[in-house]
Amino acid sequence: MKLKTLFMIVGILVVAGACRPQPTGPETLTVMTHDSFAVSDEVVQIFEEQNNVIVQFLEVGDTGTAVNKAALSKDNPLADVFYGVDNTFLSRALEEGIFEVYDSPLLEQIDPAYQLDPTHQALPVDFGDVCLNYQKSFFEQAGLEPPETLEDLVKPEYRDMLTVENPATSSPGLAFLLTTVGYFGEDGYLDYWKALVANGVEIVNDWETAYYSAFSQAGGPDPIVVSYGSSPPFEVLYSEEPLEEAPTAAITSPGTCFRQIEFVGILKGTTQRDLAEKWVDFMLSPTFQEDIPLNMYVFPVNSQAKLAEVFQQYLVVPEVTADVTPAMIAEGRERWIEAWTETVLR
Amino acid sequence: MRNSQTPSAAPRPKSPGLNLWILPVLFMGIFYFYPLGKITQLSFARAANEAWPGVREFLSSPSIARVIGFTFKQAILSTLLTLVVGLPGAYLFGRFDFRGKKFLRALTGVPFVMPTLVVAAGFYALLGPTGWLNSLLMTVWKLDHPPLTFVNTFGAILTAHVFYNTTIVLRVVGDYWSRLDPRLENAARILGATRWAALREITLPLLLPAITSAALLVFIFDFTSFGVVLVLGGPTFATLEVEIYYQTISLFNLPAAATLSLLQVGFTLILTVVYTRLTSRLQKPIQLSSRGRAQRPLVSRRSRLLAGLLIAGLLAFLISPLAALAAKSLTGSEPGAPLTLAFYRSLASRPRESSFYVPPAAALGVSLGYGILTVGLALSLGLPAAWSLAKKNLTLIDRILDPILMLPLGTSAVTLGLGFLVALDQPPLNLRTSPLLVPLAHTLVAFPFVVRSLTPALASIQPRLRQAAAVLGASPRQVVREIDLPLVGRALLVAASFAFTISIGEFGASSLITRPEYPTVPVAIYRLLARPGALNFGQAMALSTILMAATLLGMLLMEYFRIGEVGEF
Repeated sequence: MKLKTLFMIVGILVVAGACRPQPTGPETLTVMTHDSFAVSDEVVQIFEEQNNVIVQFLEVGDTGTAVNKAALSKDNPLADVFYGVDNTFLSRALEEGIFEVYDSPLLEQIDPAYQLDPTHQALPVDFGDVCLNYQKSFFEQAGLEPPETLEDLVKPEYRDMLTVENPATSSPGLAFLLTTVGYFGEDGYLDYWKALVANGVEIVNDWETAYYSAFSQAGGPDPIVVSYGSSPPFEVLYSEEPLEEAPTAAITSPGTCFRQIEFVGILKGTTQRDLAEKWVDFMLSPTFQEDIPLNMYVFPVNSQAKLAEVFQQYLVVPEVTADVTPAMIAEGRERWIEAWTETVLR
Repeated sequence: MRNSQTPSAAPRPKSPGLNLWILPVLFMGIFYFYPLGKITQLSFARAANEAWPGVREFLSSPSIARVIGFTFKQAILSTLLTLVVGLPGAYLFGRFDFRGKKFLRALTGVPFVMPTLVVAAGFYALLGPTGWLNSLLMTVWKLDHPPLTFVNTFGAILTAHVFYNTTIVLRVVGDYWSRLDPRLENAARILGATRWAALREITLPLLLPAITSAALLVFIFDFTSFGVVLVLGGPTFATLEVEIYYQTISLFNLPAAATLSLLQVGFTLILTVVYTRLTSRLQKPIQLSSRGRAQRPLVSRRSRLLAGLLIAGLLAFLISPLAALAAKSLTGSEPGAPLTLAFYRSLASRPRESSFYVPPAAALGVSLGYGILTVGLALSLGLPAAWSLAKKNLTLIDRILDPILMLPLGTSAVTLGLGFLVALDQPPLNLRTSPLLVPLAHTLVAFPFVVRSLTPALASIQPRLRQAAAVLGASPRQVVREIDLPLVGRALLVAASFAFTISIGEFGASSLITRPEYPTVPVAIYRLLARPGALNFGQAMALSTILMAATLLGMLLMEYFRIGEVGEF
């Protein structure tokens, strides 16, 4: 009797797996994304109603994992569209050849500075800056000017004040390492890191620990942390009590931030090229672009998209960010991380 | 004791033998070996276009040797410490009856399900540089610097491993101890043995199968540790699992990742082979008694005091990081803030941007659903396997399959996740984007736990009882219902609760493809924690506290809910 039940369970499972929803009614467009993707329901509904389609999202892990999964499944793609590859992984995605070329008409509305892929396989959607953040009240109480440049951080007055993330395990950590490579050059970045170590830099493995455990804004010991340029406005937006002013600020002097740009592309082998094009256009259009900041904490690349007031008021966008191209990152990533590990951790 | 048994050729209820293996083997084949094989093959096929120096060169690099050495060192130390902390507790749970025991036992299972990032936040709040303990010591001794360094130390890794895995020892050993007939020990005492001698000569040898079982499970968990090492150990420590993640995700060096994964699986296999050899010698059919007889109340003042101290110690250790979390859910990230229920209230309301927003109740429902599916699957697969392994005379096939069942526990979640992606991509098994894959993956991890906690209990059933029942006219089904089930009922409960907590705790599911419409509670917590803002942090802590409460409730229900008279007779 028991065996029979077991067979039934497995049978049901197999059948359940085999029975895919029959294509009745509207078609389904599948969009795979990294796990920080979010969008307002109303915005997706606009697209679904316009095109009589159901959009199914698949979250496939963090950015690196998502790119790997897209690469490993390129012969039998998981989805029609993939959103979420950023400039630190762009070369991998292009080398693996996961995307089809698509010259979206909306690219005209996007600053060419964001269009890092001239072949138009990967189209820019949003950007976010990884910047040093500091707690304002700490420096006010200490009667100390907050640091403004990378050089400031190795000065004795800022000793034991900084937490950064490990570039091997954290995406803002990698971004900050790339910032130092861009700023001090391949010859100088390791010396800078040696000076940071001598000045008591604290390293943790992930942004969550850095921001919510080590950062003094959350009760930790260090008043300076590597986070995002968008973090201060979100401290206002998601404060416990309504705030007049952001409790933290981002350092945005030239060359101190790294700009992460995220891209979307149509996956090779899609059977719904038309719909996929429409979705990509939709993501680049002001409707979707204006919905981005409050959902994903990054900012639209379409120049016609308007920012909500909270960002106009509290967001500081750096004018000059670290100059490190995707090709340089692809070529140097492993070498820089290993040299960094040897210098900082051993 | 063995000699007192009837010869092994004695009539048993006709054993279904090989048939019992069909389902477990089928399951392992489809959901473990096939994906693992396919990703390994694919990984090495890429070796041509990578700068891949070859397996031998790669493994002989000093940094890899260091990772392997550290992985073993921390796992061995963590396991020993877990036993040191867990065994006295197992004794207390196994031998004594006292008020609040069920609650306490349920409580000790809660750490097992908590997401690492959240537990780390709890440890930071307690022992971090600006944590409660350091603040207290700094005020008392008027110090300028925090006297205790905890986070990012080797000690933090060990502590967190003991924190997570003590419940394994408590449950596996405690359950077995509770059914060990105390008369053997009493007889030894009457014959003049000291308390120590009785423990050493009688109790410990009888307990060994359960202790080695628990130690093996704990070791494999520590051996493949990822989150704890990453979050609490900090960047200077790396285990094999961390290195596999780095090689796969950051570098996309799949041949390297596959080599390390196979190495990890290989070590696990060697370990389990040694273990199964060992236990086949240790396993003794002993008279298991009902719990009522094995347990006594705490009568003397001394035993009450000792038990009280032990309970207080266990609670302080296992509960304080969780209590720190619960406190944060009421105060937010800033220390010294006034108490508020704002985070709980805001969890229930739909936030303005609302996208993919899933109310906590729905996430709990999803977690619960996956948990129940996992329990059902793991028990239906684990029971026949444990049944086969509990025989007195194992066949060659039993001997080969036994260690293999443990392999999923020792396998990198990152690698297996990619394996599912490349292997389960064709009908009829196109499961890679199916929500069903989550409970299936959980079952892979829960299944070895079920087998390990059931086998010692099943093996200890004396054949004579079955024979007597059969002689007295019981049908085979009656024998199962009247003899086997009551005897293994408690172990069944332990197995089910393991499967449940493993599923609720989300082992490795992040390496799967998830559907945003079915987030589990841990996934929802991670989503909140990944965003800046005091409200998001407070909500993550509130949701974690709800997860704790729900887990506790689930464990308590399992403690009280018994099918028929299972567990007591």
